Amino acid sequence: MSSRAAILGRVSAALAGADRVPPPRQEYGAPAAVPDVVGLFVERVEDYRAVVEQVAPQELAAAVARALGGTDRVVVPPGLEGAWLSALDGAEVLVDDGDLSPDDLDRCGAVVTAAAVGIATTGTIVLDHRPDQGRRALSLVPDLHVCVVRESQLVGDVPESVTLLRAAVDAGRPSTWISGPSATSDIELERVEGVHGPRTLHVLLVRDGDGLQSPA
Amino acid sequence: MSGTFLGMPSFQAAAKEALGNAQQRRNLEHATRTIRGKRAQVVAELDDWEGLRRTAAAIKDNVLTHLDSYLLQLEESLTRAGATVHWASDAEEANRIITGLVRATGTDEVVKVKSMATQEIGLNEALEEAGIRAWETDLAELIVQLGHDRPSHILVPAVHRNRAEIREIFLREMGQVGAPPPAVLTSDPRELAEAARVHLREKFLRARVAVSGANFAVADTGTLVVVESEGNGRMCLTLPETLISVVGIEKVVPRLEDLEVFLQLLPRSSTGERMNPYTSTWTGVTPGDGPQDVHVVLLDNGRTDALADSVGRQALRCIRCSACLNVCPVYQRVGGHAYGSVYPGPIGAILNPQLRGTTSEVDQSLPYASSLCGACGDVCPVGIEIPDLIVHLRTRVVDEHRGGVPSGEQLAMKGAAWLFADHRRWEKAQKGAELGGRVLGGKDTIGRLPGPLAAWSDARDAPTPPAETFRTWWKREKGGRR
Ligand code: SF4
Repeated sequence: MSSRAAILGRVSAALAGADRVPPPRQEYGAPAAVPDVVGLFVERVEDYRAVVEQVAPQELAAAVARALGGTDRVVVPPGLEGAWLSALDGAEVLVDDGDLSPDDLDRCGAVVTAAAVGIATTGTIVLDHRPDQGRRALSLVPDLHVCVVRESQLVGDVPESVTLLRAAVDAGRPSTWISGPSATSDIELERVEGVHGPRTLHVLLVRDGDGLQSPA
Repeated sequence: MSGTFLGMPSFQAAAKEALGNAQQRRNLEHATRTIRGKRAQVVAELDDWEGLRRTAAAIKDNVLTHLDSYLLQLEESLTRAGATVHWASDAEEANRIITGLVRATGTDEVVKVKSMATQEIGLNEALEEAGIRAWETDLAELIVQLGHDRPSHILVPAVHRNRAEIREIFLREMGQVGAPPPAVLTSDPRELAEAARVHLREKFLRARVAVSGANFAVADTGTLVVVESEGNGRMCLTLPETLISVVGIEKVVPRLEDLEVFLQLLPRSSTGERMNPYTSTWTGVTPGDGPQDVHVVLLDNGRTDALADSVGRQALRCIRCSACLNVCPVYQRVGGHAYGSVYPGPIGAILNPQLRGTTSEVDQSLPYASSLCGACGDVCPVGIEIPDLIVHLRTRVVDEHRGGVPSGEQLAMKGAAWLFADHRRWEKAQKGAELGGRVLGGKDTIGRLPGPLAAWSDARDAPTPPAETFRTWWKREKGGRR
C-alpha cells in the first residue's frame, strides 16, 4: 500500500465515530474600527524602527532620491512608475529583466518598489509581487528597501488585508508581509534589527487622490 | 554533528541534572520574563482576544475532524499549482524522500529554514549520513548547530545560551564551516548578528536547494505560509532552484481567509509582536519568481495516533507559538533539554507521548513534567486545555502500566481529572496552592499535596507554586475576559 493510502486510511480510522466539528461561522475580512488609519500606520511602522515619511505626490521623486542617498547601484522592478526615479542623480539604475542572479542583486545597494497593501494596526506592508513590486528576490537581497505606499492602499487590520490577498493567490503570485526591517531576538531575546533581509526599510507614504495610479 | 535526543533519561532524572545548572536557569528566567511581558502587552491591545482564540480552536477542530477530506483538497490544490506532493508515514520515509530529492539535483548541500518538523524527523543527521550538508540559517539554530548542541525552546532554540557563550561558539566554529567571524568580535548582539549575516550570505547566494517547514498549509488554494523574523526564511524560500517543504498533516487550514485569525494570534503569542518582521506565502510554482521545482512532503509520524485519541486530539491544534513554555514554572527551572525532544515544555509534555507512544522512559515520565498550575492553558492561542491533557495522559500511562488494576496513583489522577473538569473547582484548588506558596516562602519544592493529590505528590518534588497564580494575575491585569 502506498503511504498516501496508508495515511489517509489511518486518518479515516482515527476519525471513525468522532463528532465532526463544523467550521465556525466566521465573518471574514471584517473592517477594523480604526479612526485614524494613516496616523496609526505611521506610528506602528515607526515602532519597528523603520523610517516612514509622508509625502505629497509631487514631492515623491525628490523623496525617493533623498531616501536612496549615496547608493551607487539601485535595482527596480520592471513595472515601477518611471517618474518616481526622475530626480535620481548619478546612481546606476538596473531594471530587473528576470535574469539578474542573486550575486548581481547582492551588488545592488538598494531597491525601490511599490506595495499592494499597508496594514495600520500592525504597521505591515504587503507585497503581492505585481510588476511594480517585482519578483521576491528584488526586495530581499539589497540592504535598503525604499517602499512606496499610497494612503488609499491602507487598511485597518489583518483581516481586510487577507481578503485582498485572494486575488494575488488566485493569480498564482506569492506574497511577502513586511513589518519593519529584518530582526532577530535570538540572543537573550534582545531585539537586533538587520539580519538577512534589508537592514533599512524606508517607507514613503504618498497622499494620493490626484492620479498617482499604480501601473499594474 | 548536532546532539541527539535518543536514549534520554526520564524527565525527572534529566531535570535533576538541569536544576544544578545555574547559568542556564538564569538565562532562561531572564528570557522568559522578557517575552512574557511583551506578549501580555500586545495581547491586551486586541479587543477580542478570547473570541479569536475560540475561532482558532474551532477552525482547527473542524480541520482535525475532517482531516481526510482537507488533505485530499490540499493535495489537489498543490498539484494544480505546480508542486509535487509526497506522503511520508514516518521520519524514516520522510528522510528517504528528501534525501532522494536532494540527490537528484546533484548538489551536496542544502540551506534550511527553522522547522520543527524537520527537527522532529532528524533530517540533518539523515542528510549528513547521505553526504549532504544541511546549513541551519536561523540565528538560534545556527548557534545550536555550531555549538554541537540541542535546541531547548521552540521559538528561541538557543535560549539557554547567553551572549558570551555565543561569541565563543562563533569564534571557535564559524571559520571551520564557512566565512569566519571578524577577528575582533565582542559579545554585543549586534556584532554577533552581523557575523551571522556575513557567514550565511555566502551560503544563501550559492544555495541550489532549500528545505523548509510551513506554519500553515491552505487547503483551498495550496498556499504555504512561513512566519519568521530574520529574512533567512525569505532567502531560502526565494533564491534556490528547488524548495522542499516538510509539512505535518495537522498544519492544514481550510480557506485562505482563515489566515486572518492565525496571523493575528501567532506573532502576538510567539514573539510578543503585533506582527513578525516577515511572512511569506507561496502557491506552488510562480513562473519567473522563486524556486521552479517545488516539493511538499506531508508528514504523519505519529500524528494519526494522536488524532485517534478523542481527548488527546486537541494537541494537534498547536501552532508552535511557544507561549506555553514561557509561562511554565517547570520549563523555566529545568530548561528544554530535560524533555528529551524537540518539543519541550507543556506542549512537549502532551505531544511527545502521543506522537512517540509511551514505551520509553522519557515519554512515560513527560506527563509528570508539570505542576498543573494551569498557566499554559490560559495563554494557548488555540485554546488547548493542556492541564486536562496532561492528566489524561497520566491516566493513560498509569493504565498501560497497571493493566487496569487501579493504583494509588491512578486514583489520584482520576481525582485530579475531576478537579480539572470544572473551572471553578480548579481555581479554588489553585487558590489553596497559592496560599500554600506564600506560606512556604523560600522553600522551593512542596512535599505533599492535600486531598486526592497526596498520593501523587508523595513520590515527587513539585515546584512551589508562584506567589500569584497566572489565573489570578491574568484576572487582575487583563480583567479575565473568559
Ligand atoms: S500548545 Fe498552545 S501555547 Fe503551546 S506552543 Fe502550542 S499553540 Fe502555543
